[in-house]
Amino acid sequence: MDLSYYPGCTLKTAAKGLEDSAITSMNALGIRLVEIERWNCCGTVYSLAEDDLAHHLAPVRNLIRVKEQGSDRVVTLCSFCYHTLKRANLLVRNDGEKRKTLNDFMEEEVDYNGEVEVLHLLEVLRDEVGWEAITEKVKVPLQGLKVAPYYGCTLLRPQDVAIDEVERPTILHQMMKSLGAEAVDFPYATECCGSFQIVGNPDFINQRAWEILSSAIRCGAEAIVLTCPLCHFNLSQRQPELVKRYSDFQGMPVFYFTQLLAIALGIDPEVCHFELSYGDPFSLLKSRKVVS
Amino acid sequence: MRIQISSRTLQSDFVKKVTEISGQDLLACNQCGKCSAGCPMCFAMDLLPNQIIRLAQLGLEEDIAASKTVWLCASCLTCTVRCPRGVDLGRVMEAIRLITLRKNIDYVGAAKIPKDTISELPQIALVSSFRKHTA
Repeated sequence: MDLSYYPGCTLKTAAKGLEDSAITSMNALGIRLVEIERWNCCGTVYSLAEDDLAHHLAPVRNLIRVKEQGSDRVVTLCSFCYHTLKRANLLVRNDGEKRKTLNDFMEEEVDYNGEVEVLHLLEVLRDEVGWEAITEKVKVPLQGLKVAPYYGCTLLRPQDVAIDEVERPTILHQMMKSLGAEAVDFPYATECCGSFQIVGNPDFINQRAWEILSSAIRCGAEAIVLTCPLCHFNLSQRQPELVKRYSDFQGMPVFYFTQLLAIALGIDPEVCHFELSYGDPFSLLKSRKVVS
Repeated sequence: MRIQISSRTLQSDFVKKVTEISGQDLLACNQCGKCSAGCPMCFAMDLLPNQIIRLAQLGLEEDIAASKTVWLCASCLTCTVRCPRGVDLGRVMEAIRLITLRKNIDYVGAAKIPKDTISELPQIALVSSFRKHTA
């Protein structure tokens, strides 16, 4: 089965490990992710102002690309892209006046009325592939790996874009179990890492990251699994700073959900680009004898 | 804190603008404090989110402008999904930021970020920061 796929900017650079591991894993599960042509940046954040329509153009234009290419569904891997595309799509569907203004402004484009369905890859794994089918394809069960699912914000809030229960999501937990790992609950699973504040207020975000990672460690996790490239940056790539700053913090491996999927499906770890993560998350899998 | 309210502050342009840009009924808030209780950034804030909406209800623009709170909001929308009165506080925060940004006043100065930091930050961080914190 083919599925239209919108990558977004960061998946081509810092989050290459998220993209490559997802595409390869989905191939192994019988779904080909077909990158849409002429996509542009989604704008990363959804405009929350009633009088700001200009910032909805970027995500809507991507949805028009999907429609033009004859598809009625698009899947995203990045949580921010999912959020922005999904909300812009709902706005076009639900607000006739704004829909008309947007379409009138983009007169060179085909009219868009919200025909495309926006999905996150986790939804595809749960609803189209199914956890049991994934378990059947697992070649390297992640036996004994204690991993804390970290959901972040943009897949869960607000309610109308949530891919799971807003306050008590289990989708990543279920995925980890389907791969043979143990999912560890911790109180920060749905709390924000501080997001883009890493640019303007990095000190506060260091504190957030340290609190989140330390809480997961206290709850018995040996690694974090997450979906969002910005959470990954704040919680993984920034760890050298945390290790310097907090004497009790020794570092903690952070995985994208698709990296663990690829490993469990027996795919060459090269697609995971672990060199883009802090430390060496792969060495944890070796030390737990998950991989040789 | 001693504050002065009058019909001038209550019916100020500021209240009208926040209401218009956010699309929210500020008076729906009954100060239960749930937004502040769940806010992941409130440890760094000088005023709590519920205090911001109270000041906005009263039209006390200067007190809000003197606070860093709206600039520390990460738009995680925890307050939005938890508000028992259906106030989308994330939108109120955005409206207050925009009133400043639309005067061409930036919170983050792109030119002031060191080159090394820029090259280290992924696009997702830079674009979202500039979207939220620059005019």
